[in-house]
Amino acid sequence: MSSLLSLRNLTKAYPGVVANDNVSLQIAPGEIHALLGENGAGKSTLVKMIYGLVKPDAGEMQIHGAPFAPVEPRAARAAGVGMVFQHFSLFDALSVAENIALGMENAPRLRDLSRRIREVSDTYGLPLAPDRIVGDLSAGERQRVEIIRCLLQKPTLLIMDEPTSVLTPQEVEILFETLRKLSAEGTAILYISHKLEEIRALCDTATILRLGKVVGECIPRETTARDMAEMMVGKVLSTPSRAGVMPGPTMLSLHKLSLPSSTAFGLPLREISLELRQGEILGIGGVAGNGQDELLAALSGEIRAPAGMLHLKGQDIGGLGPNPRRVLGLLAAPEERLGHAAAPGMSLTENAMLTGAAREGLETGGFLNWQAAQGFAENIIDAFDVRTPGAENAAGSLSGGNLQKFVIGREVLQRPEVLVVNQPTWGVDASAAAAIRQALLDLAEGGAAVIVISQDLDELMEIADRFAALNEGRLSAPQPTAGLSMEQIGLMMGGAHGMEVAHV
Amino acid sequence: MDLSAINPILLIAALMSAATPILLAATGELVVERAGVLNLGVEGMMIVGAICGFAIAVETNSPLAGFVAAAAGGAALSLLFALLTQVALANQVASGLALTLFGLGLSALLGQGYVGVKPPRMGDVNLGPLAEIPVLGPIIFSHDPILYIGILFVAGVWATLKFTRVGLVLRAVGENHDAAHALGYKVVRIRTLAIMFGGALAGMGGAYISLIRVPQWTEGMTAGVGWIALALVVFASWKPWRVLLGAYLFGGIAQLQLNLQGAGVAIPVEYLAMSPYIITIIVLVILSADKSAAPGSLGRTFHASS
Repeated sequence: MSSLLSLRNLTKAYPGVVANDNVSLQIAPGEIHALLGENGAGKSTLVKMIYGLVKPDAGEMQIHGAPFAPVEPRAARAAGVGMVFQHFSLFDALSVAENIALGMENAPRLRDLSRRIREVSDTYGLPLAPDRIVGDLSAGERQRVEIIRCLLQKPTLLIMDEPTSVLTPQEVEILFETLRKLSAEGTAILYISHKLEEIRALCDTATILRLGKVVGECIPRETTARDMAEMMVGKVLSTPSRAGVMPGPTMLSLHKLSLPSSTAFGLPLREISLELRQGEILGIGGVAGNGQDELLAALSGEIRAPAGMLHLKGQDIGGLGPNPRRVLGLLAAPEERLGHAAAPGMSLTENAMLTGAAREGLETGGFLNWQAAQGFAENIIDAFDVRTPGAENAAGSLSGGNLQKFVIGREVLQRPEVLVVNQPTWGVDASAAAAIRQALLDLAEGGAAVIVISQDLDELMEIADRFAALNEGRLSAPQPTAGLSMEQIGLMMGGAHGMEVAHV
Repeated sequence: MDLSAINPILLIAALMSAATPILLAATGELVVERAGVLNLGVEGMMIVGAICGFAIAVETNSPLAGFVAAAAGGAALSLLFALLTQVALANQVASGLALTLFGLGLSALLGQGYVGVKPPRMGDVNLGPLAEIPVLGPIIFSHDPILYIGILFVAGVWATLKFTRVGLVLRAVGENHDAAHALGYKVVRIRTLAIMFGGALAGMGGAYISLIRVPQWTEGMTAGVGWIALALVVFASWKPWRVLLGAYLFGGIAQLQLNLQGAGVAIPVEYLAMSPYIITIIVLVILSADKSAAPGSLGRTFHASS
C-alpha cells in the first residue's frame, strides 16, 4: 500500500532544545497510527508541523507522493489534513454552527451548514444541536464539535491530540467506534496519546518518540503496555508496591457535605458523605469539572463548611481555615501548580515556608526562621529528586513535573495525618509519576489517610483501596477497587452523556 | 420655575444631537472590544479628532472634509496604540491611558491657532416633505448628515457582527485569540484594523462636538465624553442597539438638565450637571444584569507562541 503521508528527517529546534530530531514516519490510507511519547518528547511539535502551525527547520513531508509544505493551517486543511486539538480550540460564546463555520474555508450559509452538521452527526453517531452555545456543552460534546468540524472538510488524514483525557470510558468507546468507521472509509488517523491500553485497543501501528527522536516502532496489539512504556521512558519502570495494611480508625468523615458553588462556572457540592480511615487511600475519579476543585477547596479549608458536615478525628473542622486545619494534620495539594499550589515568582524556600510554617516550626512569634525553611526546602528537593540548581530558584522556573514533585513532597514531608491531593501526577513523566505514587503509598502505609483525586483511572486503580466518582457535584458510594470493572467505573462516573454508538 | 418653557419636541430633537458624539465613539470602541482589545484612549482619540476636524474644516471651509480629517486623525492616533499593544505587546490599560494624556496634549498644541475661530456650519439634510410632518418632522427628519451616519454605523456594526463572516471572525478573535490563531486567522491584523476603525469613529465623535455641538475650539472640550463612551460599551453588554439606547439616555438627560437649569428648578446646578452620568450608569447597570459576558480575550495580550 502506498503511503498517504510520509515524513522524512523532519527537524525542528527551539532555543536550547531540539524538539524533533530527524523524525521520519509513514502513514497509509485508512491506517490508525499512534504517536507515543512522554510530555516533551516532541509529539505536539511534530503534528503542528504537519498542520502548518510550525515550520520545520529541515526535512520534507509528502502527501500522496507530492511535496507538502503547509505555511499555515489553511493550506494543510486544503491538502486534506484535519486536526482535533488537545485543548479545544473552541469559542465559548459562539454557537456550534458558528464555531464550525470558523474552521471551514468556504463556509456555507448558517442554515445550510446546520443541516450538514445534522447529517454528519447522524452518520457518525455524534449527536449535536447546531444552535447551542458551546460554553454550555460538556467536554465530550465539545470534542464532538471539533470532530464534526474536521469531518465536514472530508479529511484524508485526521490528527487527534490526546482526545480521550476528558471522556468517560463509555464516551471513549463511542469515539473509537467513530474512528474505526472513519478508518474503514479510508481516512488515516494520527492518534496521539500516552494511554497505552487505549492505543492497544485502537491503533494499527505506533511510532514512539523520546526526546525528539524516533526510538522505536511497534504493532500495539502485539506489544504489552509495559514494553511500550519502557520504550517511552527508556528505562525499566518499577511498579509501585505496597504491603497490605488493615485500615485503622476513622480519621476524616464527611456527613452530607453540601456547598453552593463559589463561582459562576463552578459546581455546587451535593450531599457528599464518606468515611476515610487510617492507612487507606481513597481514589476519587470523574470527568474534569464535576466538582473536583470544589471538593479539594472544601477539604483544605479554602471554602468553609457549615457545622456538623466535616469532622477530623471527631472534631468539627468545618469552620476552620487552611492553617488551623494544617496544624490539626489535614494537608492538601491542589491541582493547579502555578498560582494555586505554589507562587510562581517566589523561591522554593519561600514556597516551602508558605504551607510548612505551622507544622515544621518555621516561624516563631510572627518572625520567620529562614534557615529552617531553607533546610526544609532542601529536604524536599533531596527526598523527591526535584531537579533544580537550588532552593533559592523561583518556583516558576521549574518544569511542570519537577514543580509537581516539589509540591507533593512539601505536603508529604510534613507528616500529614490526612492528605488530600488533586491530580498528583498530571503532566509528570512516567518515572516521576511512579515516584509520587510510591510516596503516597508509603504515606498510607505509615498510618496516614490519603484522598487522591485524579482523572487518570489507571493511576487510581493502581494505588487506591477504594474508588468513588464525582459526577455533577455528587459522590458515588465508594467501592473497593479490587475487582471493579471499567464498565462499573464508567457508570459511577455518569456513563455516556447522551451518546450512542455509531450506526450504519 | 417655569416648566412650560421646555418644549418636548425641541428637547427630543436636541437629545439626538447631544447623544451623537458618545454614540460614534462607543460604537467604535464596541468593535475594538469585540475584537478583544481594551483601548482606554477613547478620550484622547476624540479630542485629536475634534481639533483635526476643526482645523481642516476651517482651512478648506468644508465641514465634510473636516469629518474625513477627524476620522483620519483618530485612526492615526489609534495606530500608535496598535503599534504599542499589538506589535510591542505593551499593557493595554497603561497604553490606553497614555494615549488619552498624549491626545489631550497634542490637541492643545495643534489647536493653538484656532481658539476663537468660527468653523463653517454643516447644514441639515434636506428631506423635503418629511421634515414638514408635525412632531415627527422636527424630531427625526431635520438633522445634520453626521447624526444619521452615526445611526447607520450602529445598524451596520450590528448587522456585520451578526450576519457576516467578517463579523464572525472578529468575534472569534475577541473570544479566544489562541483558538483563532490555531485556525489560521491573523489575530494581530484583525485587531489592528478594529483599533483603527474605533479610532476613526472616536475622531468623528470628537469633531461632532467641535464642529456641530459647540461649535468652536477650546482645550479639553470633550470633557470626559470618551470615558462615558467606554463605560457605555461595558454596561451595554457589548450590544450595538443597547449602546444607542444608552447614548440617547445620556444625551436626553444632559439636554433635560440644561432645560431644567434654564427653567430655574430649585435643585443645585451641580446635582443637575452630574445627573446624566449617574442615571445612565444606573440604568445600564440594571440592564446589564443579564450577565452577557465580556469577550473572552478582552484586554489580554496576544503572543503567537508556536
